[in-house]
Amino acid sequence: MFIRHETIEKNVILMMVLTLITVSIGGLVQIIPLFTIESTIERVDGMRPYSPLELAGRNIYVREGCYLCHSQQIRPFKDEVERYGHYSLAAESIYDRPFQWGSKRTGPDLARVGGRYSNDWHVAHLGSPRAVVPESVMPAYPFLAERSLAYGDIADHLRALRALGTPYSDEMIKNARADLEAQADPDADPTGLLKRYPRAVVAKFNQGTDGITEMDALVAYLQMLGTLVKFSDLPPERLRQ
Amino acid sequence: MSIQAAISAGRIVPPPRYVEDVVRVAMVLTMFWGIAAFLAGVVIAAQLVCPELSFDSPYLTFGRLRPLHTSAAIFAFGGTALIGTSFHVVQRTCRASLFGGAPLGWFVLFGYQLFIVVAASGYLLGITQSKEYAEPEWYADLWLTVVWIAYLIAYAGTIIKRVEPHIYVANWFYLAFIITIAMLHLVNNMAIPVSYVGSKSYSAWSGVQDAMIQWWYGHNAVGFFLTAAFLGMMYYFIPKAANRPVYSYRLSIVHFWSLVFMYIWAGPHHLHYTSLPDWAQTLGMVFSVMLWMPSWGGMINGLMTLSGAWDKLRTDPGLRFSVTAVGFYGMATFEGPVMSIKAVNSLSHYTDWTIGHVHSGALGWVAFIVFGTMYYLVPKLWNRRGMWSTRLISWHYWIATLGIVLYITAMWVSGIMQGLMWRAYDELGFLQYSFVETVAAMKPFYVIRLLGGVGFLSGGLIMAYNMWRTIRMEAVEASVAARPVLAA
Repeated sequence: MFIRHETIEKNVILMMVLTLITVSIGGLVQIIPLFTIESTIERVDGMRPYSPLELAGRNIYVREGCYLCHSQQIRPFKDEVERYGHYSLAAESIYDRPFQWGSKRTGPDLARVGGRYSNDWHVAHLGSPRAVVPESVMPAYPFLAERSLAYGDIADHLRALRALGTPYSDEMIKNARADLEAQADPDADPTGLLKRYPRAVVAKFNQGTDGITEMDALVAYLQMLGTLVKFSDLPPERLRQ
Repeated sequence: MSIQAAISAGRIVPPPRYVEDVVRVAMVLTMFWGIAAFLAGVVIAAQLVCPELSFDSPYLTFGRLRPLHTSAAIFAFGGTALIGTSFHVVQRTCRASLFGGAPLGWFVLFGYQLFIVVAASGYLLGITQSKEYAEPEWYADLWLTVVWIAYLIAYAGTIIKRVEPHIYVANWFYLAFIITIAMLHLVNNMAIPVSYVGSKSYSAWSGVQDAMIQWWYGHNAVGFFLTAAFLGMMYYFIPKAANRPVYSYRLSIVHFWSLVFMYIWAGPHHLHYTSLPDWAQTLGMVFSVMLWMPSWGGMINGLMTLSGAWDKLRTDPGLRFSVTAVGFYGMATFEGPVMSIKAVNSLSHYTDWTIGHVHSGALGWVAFIVFGTMYYLVPKLWNRRGMWSTRLISWHYWIATLGIVLYITAMWVSGIMQGLMWRAYDELGFLQYSFVETVAAMKPFYVIRLLGGVGFLSGGLIMAYNMWRTIRMEAVEASVAARPVLAA
């Protein structure tokens, strides 16, 4: 089994094969078990795929690179739990493609920002952050309130996600457009939407504009972050990984 | 017997006609991308001091410019430098001309440039996968795969047709870089596009698995793109510039295999205390701490190569860059393991300390080893007696070094301070600071960081000027001994 290094040094194919084997081991050991060990994802109730409007909002969050300054991952420390809420669970990001945990907090964590501020606050803050928080260093996003949301292909988004394993049903895909419009219209009948996407927040998020803007979608997404799992009736042993 | 006579008598095999135009153009592009990357960094640093500098424009927000900065620094500046130098090194250490010749070389270089331009323009338009250092969308990723395979063929092909019996150590590192980046790129970027005519795609991985795969990728973009490959650069250009052999052959074997084995495991230290299961976090921490040893093995091998040639540091400021780079490499690879310890990470994670750490590696190690290499290589490639101005190299060195020191010390202070402020409690048991108070406290340090960045950028501009003047100088007459290639 012992190979002289001289042999490797004189055979580029052998060197490439050995290098590939050497660099593969760590990844295999660390990644494969995350797919096979069942307890990796805690068994909690309440998680559901994103509603079409939330998904469109999430895509704007991704597009604008919000994750570069905002984490969505609360660590199990006293100060973080007091500041942001219950520490994040793996189960809470199962429908996140890709994940948005982030790596830097130039701004605060957003994992549980849903419901913490009013819709109007978010619209005002995104349009002009320093009008609301004078010390903020966040860029202003006034254009979000003016741009119509492009959602003609929203059903295709759900289909692509279903191909990857997100459990969107035929019914959800068929109603994708209608659900998206219903969530931004408080006068519409939300029964179908709420049956398919429990706890979805229905509102005209961006008041004073006609049609659905990018701001509506982004705020709809922010307002649902971290709100799906109810921790009050969750026994601690279910959180064991 | 003269060399000419020896060649005609068949006693010396003349070296082949090396492909050098590709390397020359790569050096010019490296300089261009370097300036672009430093400038983008200065702009976003300024935005954190004065956020109005995004001018309410969708194209100039921090969120869109930051990937532009990181990609310009890592992939455009670093990547182009690596392609250029690796082609130079592999041909010379193998005494063989590039496999596939100039056409394949040009394809790799310009195919890669196309990838950069497509990716970078996409960022400004908001086209991103939102995976750090893997932001380009699916079509750019596919194109990069094609280019990368061509790169591997050119590189390994040249090694196969080598005249030298042994594969020189620099090539091990470059080769490990090419192979590992291919593996990481393919796995991390698995995605399904929403439509084949649109840019948007969704990742094949989700949640905790996606996080693990992303940081397996992300940390080894550091480990193999920014470390192994640049160690390859170190292993060729420092011995060349110092005119000394590599310090220890045995050490290079030990540290090569241990480095490539251990680096891959270090990814989870980016996910300490997250929803990633504890066993994976602990594995990541243990390997990150162990990684200190092979990293310092490389540092020692680089620095000790200077044995008996330390006096050159006084007269050759280009070599000073390379040696300082190895020093920064040693410092950053000590700081990294410290930060990967969970207790330390609980403070440092999410703060500017991480940003400072990255920059001591990116500016101190990566950029400095590139500068040192280019100050050696540019006169060689253009056949000049030396750089146009040695004084300007010195100026560049001191301005850039001062810039780095300002940058990393500012980030240490702001990072540790912010981490402490987040967890501070008052005497009544309440959190002492609101989040935005910790943001306001960062401001002076963001100004200092900006100054450091401006210094580093100014150094880059001095270098670009010096390089331009060097290229415009007259060529020296090549002697047969120095360039026997002309005799072939």
